Amino acid sequence: MSTKSYVRTEMLPEKAPPPTEVGIIGWMKENLFSGWLNSLMTVITAYLIFWVLAAILPWLMNSVWNAGSLNECREILQGEAGACWGVINERFNQLMFGFYPENLYWRPVLAFVLMFVALAPVLFNPMPSGLKIAWGVFLVIGCWMLYRVGAPGLAYVVFLVAGGAFFLDRLASKMVWFSALFPFLAVWLLWGGTAWNVTMALFGFVIGYLVYRFLSPAVGFLFGLILAVLITVAWWLFLAGPVAATLAGSIPLELAPVESRKFGGLTLALMLGVTGIVGSLPLGIVLALGRQSDLLIVKSLCVGFIEFIRGVPLITLLFVASTLLNLFLPPGTEFDIILRVMIMVTLFAAAYMAEVIRGGLAALPKGQYEAADALGLDYWKAQRLIIMPQALKISIPGIVSTFIGLFKDTTLVSIIGLFDMLGWANAIRANAEWTGIVWELYAFIAFVFFIFCFCMSRYSMYLERKLQTGH
Amino acid sequence: MTTLTDPPKESFRLGMLIYDSRYRSITIQVAALIAFLIGMGWIVSNTMNNLASLGKEIDFGFLKEPASYDINQRLIEYTSRDTHARAAFIGLLNTLLVAVLGCVLATIIGVFVGVLRLSKNWLVGRVMTVYVEALRNVPTLLWIVFLMAIITETLPAPRDFKSGEAEMLLGGTVAVTNRGTYIPEPVFSYSLGNIKLLEGFYNNSFRFEVSLDLIVILCVLIGGILISGLIKRRADRVQAATGDRPKTWHLRLAVVVLPTVFVLWLLGLFFVVPEIKGFNFRDGIHLRASFLALWLALSFYTAAFIAEIVRAGIMAISKGQSEAAAALGLRSGRIMSLVILPQALRVIIPPLISQYLNLTKNSSLAIAVGYMDITGTLGGITLNQTGRELECLLLLMLIYLTISLLISSVMNWYNERVKLTER
Repeated sequence: MSTKSYVRTEMLPEKAPPPTEVGIIGWMKENLFSGWLNSLMTVITAYLIFWVLAAILPWLMNSVWNAGSLNECREILQGEAGACWGVINERFNQLMFGFYPENLYWRPVLAFVLMFVALAPVLFNPMPSGLKIAWGVFLVIGCWMLYRVGAPGLAYVVFLVAGGAFFLDRLASKMVWFSALFPFLAVWLLWGGTAWNVTMALFGFVIGYLVYRFLSPAVGFLFGLILAVLITVAWWLFLAGPVAATLAGSIPLELAPVESRKFGGLTLALMLGVTGIVGSLPLGIVLALGRQSDLLIVKSLCVGFIEFIRGVPLITLLFVASTLLNLFLPPGTEFDIILRVMIMVTLFAAAYMAEVIRGGLAALPKGQYEAADALGLDYWKAQRLIIMPQALKISIPGIVSTFIGLFKDTTLVSIIGLFDMLGWANAIRANAEWTGIVWELYAFIAFVFFIFCFCMSRYSMYLERKLQTGH
Repeated sequence: MTTLTDPPKESFRLGMLIYDSRYRSITIQVAALIAFLIGMGWIVSNTMNNLASLGKEIDFGFLKEPASYDINQRLIEYTSRDTHARAAFIGLLNTLLVAVLGCVLATIIGVFVGVLRLSKNWLVGRVMTVYVEALRNVPTLLWIVFLMAIITETLPAPRDFKSGEAEMLLGGTVAVTNRGTYIPEPVFSYSLGNIKLLEGFYNNSFRFEVSLDLIVILCVLIGGILISGLIKRRADRVQAATGDRPKTWHLRLAVVVLPTVFVLWLLGLFFVVPEIKGFNFRDGIHLRASFLALWLALSFYTAAFIAEIVRAGIMAISKGQSEAAAALGLRSGRIMSLVILPQALRVIIPPLISQYLNLTKNSSLAIAVGYMDITGTLGGITLNQTGRELECLLLLMLIYLTISLLISSVMNWYNERVKLTER
């Protein structure tokens, strides 16, 4: 009996997948034409994209960069469609600096590029090695910007020394000190006047620290702190001014002073945005903690403040800043309008920040609080070491979107008569040479805002990834 | 034998106010309260002194005086002889108008974009991402002013319609011009008239008329919807008893549509089409350029945020939910309406409402394009004419605060209602 059967002993070679399932065709089949509805949507969208590009591309290709007025621009174009970027070219300085004196443009530019130097150690700690090349490019761009506005040699030296420190690993970690110093430097650069004013203001912090350091062992932690604060405030109120004046008398160290009403354009928006961002985060944390606390009076004060600020539009607060704030202060107080707006914008953002951080605090498991208590940490230590690092990490997206909202809201100052970029856009459109210009002007301003806001949102994603500790 | 005694009672020392945690919270609170009261007292006394030196006092009497300025955008009757209070009232109605319409349009666009952004179609997803990023990263105010500039500078003027350079859209019924858009107006030939309300109260400041036609139509519509609900309930009962669901959609549709159409016919509804007369359009409803710019800009801007909320809400529902529903044999439409949406809505609604709140507050930017909302009337012209900054701004903030608190109390109520009951 023969039991002959055929058994295959070796595997057949794999066949290549059909050509419609791989490569670009397969990808398109899966992602663009997977069904009749999908195909229809693809076709409609593709047509829309084509339609928009067909309108924009010829217009962009046909750009006119050098024209003194809209009419001149139209003459050059001779009836063809084309963008007239001449308006940006001609009014660039106003859109960037407002009425800032032309020969002093290097000061805001220096403050601007130094801002990145001050931000870098805060944002990237430690600096990823991949970023070093980008940093080199930034230094070159910064120098070019300084060159364009005719900065004096000292400006380059300051910028390159501060910026170059990042290439030496030993110095890079110390650059946080520059970040702390930067606000004072920026104030001096932007407003000018004698350097002694900001130095003395800075000196107040040093005095406070010294008092706290040497007195608190003797009189106890809390009294030491209270004394330090009192002495610092007293220094600012009574001594800093006269001392600065005396020092300025002997060693001037002066930059030409610039009045606040001359600020404008992107400089103004950045000033408001940066002070708001720097001020609103700590204030927001304090408010959020106040709202979460068991102390009834503190809690209700915080809740009242937060709900009030969040319940009214920013523009009404700006109206208060521009018309009412002088009414609230002692008669005869002259209070700079930009400072008033800065305070209002900061308070406004702080209320939103407080809610974002409260969300983060609430999302933290209760075990974290209990564990901190079990370790015997007191309230502030628990907050600083356990609660806040986690709560802030959870709320990064919210915090950054509050920052972005704050920066966008700086445009509202154009309504109360300050000349930020939108204020300038109105002024330029009212000018006889450029009446009728719409797309180029607003597209440029939108583009500038987009760059800043988009970078912020990308940075928040990077930070979220970096701080990710889950699996 | 030893006896246990209590440790000697500590007598109260001043330092315990700070170092003893039993007293510290009281100390801090008292200090905070005192600081707050001193601060408030300082501000109030400064204000009083300043006002006294200016020869002013806080007085809301100006609200009863004639406003003597015109408001071109108004929902109810207003003349320049009316009071400041009425001007503010008109402004408030304008704010609410743009806020409500803005919320509706923003929701429609936002849901559309949010759902499409999740689509498996690569191209559509990318386009929607571009939309969201472009809108979100540019200030609202810029969009509003930009849109206003586009409308006034690039659209045809009304006289171009006369000379034939521009044509009306949709079969000659809608005119898109640089002064705004003119659309047909519904008119009733057998109108029932209006009811006048609040006549004679506070110098006639809050009088308004309610169209009886509108009330009748709304009543019929709501009645139809209620009856349709009854039909659905009956179908549910039949399904529970027999397992078969009777087809009811045509009946439910008819109950809503037919009576409404009948009432409209009874009232003699017809549309008055805008017509060019002289250099401008007559008849029809005039949607002003400022209104359109504000409405569309706010809607498109807020829609970008709503799209993100909708996307996050749908993504928050784990895939297991829809798979489990499919395993139970539900069809995809039922999965969406019975399983996904009820859960997603719990995530979506609270941030959605706070977007509505943002839109309402952002509508105060109307002042940049000259749309006369409450900020433009009470906080703008009235403030400048009467010089009563304190009173006007107080009132303005109070009104916005009331609107905000109303909206957020709706949100709290909803949150309470849909909260998961945890065990």
